[in-house]
Amino acid sequence: MSTAGAALVVAFVVLAVLASVVAPHAPDDPVGQRLTAPQRAYPLGTDEFGRDILSRLIFGSRISLWVGVVAVAIGLVGGASVGLVSGYVGGRLDMLLMRVVDVMFSIPPIILAITLTGVLGPGLTNATVAIGLVYLPTFARVARGPVLAVVGREYVEAARAAGGGATRVLSLHVLPNVMAPLIVQTTLALSTAILAEATLSFLGLGIQPPEPSWGTMLGTGRKYMELAPWVAIFPGAAVMLLVLGFNLLGDGLRDVLDPRLRP
Amino acid sequence: MTLYVAARLSLVIPMFLGSTLIIFVLMRLLPGDVVDQLMGLEGSLSAEARASLRQLLGLDAPLPLQYLKWLGDLVRLELGVSLRSSLPVREMLVQRVPVTIELAVLAVLLSMVIAVPLGIVSALFRNRAIDFTARLFGLLGLSMPVFWLATLLILGGASFLHWLPPVIYAPFWQAPLQNLKQMAFPTLALALSLVAVVMRMTRSSMLEVLEQDYIQTARAKGAAEPTVVLRHALKNALIPVVTVVGVQFGYLLGGSVVVEQIFGLPGLGFMLLNAIYQRDYPVVQGAVVFVALFFILVNLVVDLVYGVLDPRIRYGSA
Repeated sequence: MSTAGAALVVAFVVLAVLASVVAPHAPDDPVGQRLTAPQRAYPLGTDEFGRDILSRLIFGSRISLWVGVVAVAIGLVGGASVGLVSGYVGGRLDMLLMRVVDVMFSIPPIILAITLTGVLGPGLTNATVAIGLVYLPTFARVARGPVLAVVGREYVEAARAAGGGATRVLSLHVLPNVMAPLIVQTTLALSTAILAEATLSFLGLGIQPPEPSWGTMLGTGRKYMELAPWVAIFPGAAVMLLVLGFNLLGDGLRDVLDPRLRP
Repeated sequence: MTLYVAARLSLVIPMFLGSTLIIFVLMRLLPGDVVDQLMGLEGSLSAEARASLRQLLGLDAPLPLQYLKWLGDLVRLELGVSLRSSLPVREMLVQRVPVTIELAVLAVLLSMVIAVPLGIVSALFRNRAIDFTARLFGLLGLSMPVFWLATLLILGGASFLHWLPPVIYAPFWQAPLQNLKQMAFPTLALALSLVAVVMRMTRSSMLEVLEQDYIQTARAKGAAEPTVVLRHALKNALIPVVTVVGVQFGYLLGGSVVVEQIFGLPGLGFMLLNAIYQRDYPVVQGAVVFVALFFILVNLVVDLVYGVLDPRIRYGSA
């Protein structure tokens, strides 16, 4: 099943990269009648402004992937750094950092993301930062565990005794042990980050119209769904397929890299 | 056990204080302050009027003092007043919270009813067609956006069943039937993502337990397979499932924001979202503090129940 997941992800990445080549129309151009049902000229129909839904979905994949990747990168770099330092240094610093992480876990992620975007204001950058910050504590915990497991091992002690500085020991000897769980977590976080972006945009707190975000498309198209159900059905299906792709891939990677966590 | 409970209880207050600090800082990130929000409603004020209003509201004090004062108000359950409706936030919470709790409880119950049998069957027929189908169903549930599923339910209800939930909300104790009709679609929408999580956990936990020696012993003694599965294996396999369900119960508060908005349920999520749209920050602050406290308490209960169910946990921690 992980191959199917990888294929789905690759397909969306290719669509996003080649959007301007493969999309039949520009995403913001009204090209047909309003709310035209799917037909040969518009395979997924048109929206309330007569824009081609297929073209908007193809361009929308850029936004979903961009927000997902950048948000997870923020969480990964920030969180993994905290986890590595916390586990490596230990003692009071470890206790302090982990209590901060615990506190961040005390607010449900989507509530935190909604509140952050509500406070910072809607938009691509704020939504991406909000989602990234929400992932920070998860990555910190995922990174810290394996660090604790290897920090007392002979080879790490030897590297320290040989005069290796903290940065060198962490990057050369500790980080490789943390990579497997971090890769698995990154893949799974990508799926939930894409869901989070779609949710924020659906609620009007993420990407703003006329940008072709899948969540925004569904949020604005929902008003017309009794007349034209395709306006609401296809953007949601696109979110589901991309998220499913990352979930399948993440599950597969977990089986290979971290079999203890196999569901 | 006493040590375990004491250790776990001692974490609650620092956790809550930490979360209030996060919420306090978050609210101070707002462009402008509450006076600017009020000015948006009341029209422009002179600089003197703004300064005296700031003084009156304590906003001219240093931030640490403002935080301590707010914390003192919280302890006395004084959560402030809505900038839009002038209603006390505490009263608003009292009205809205039962709706969200009912929705979350119904979603947990429904998901358990679907997910546990599915997880057991999936484990018993490991790597067979039925297992793959159940796992794929689980992954689909995890991947499906709640807002999309809710939208599809409304669409399907209107188009195929020619039925939509009643629009006017009625509390369960006033009109139970109308209330349950109204909760049906929101519960289904919220439960599906939980089904996936619980099903996967039940499956992996069952697989682990089924390989234990005492299960082989029960089989060797001639116990019938349903007895082995339901009486011997399931009892232990459900321990981690209970934990997952407990933790997810807290997360359901997040999911309820979307579901309540789509179905117009007047719960906590609906209130929070509208307060965010209207920049009614005392309401946002009060709602998020409540959610954080609820989340911390749910996790506490889950840990304590886990300690009771699994002695290894409490002795390990103590």
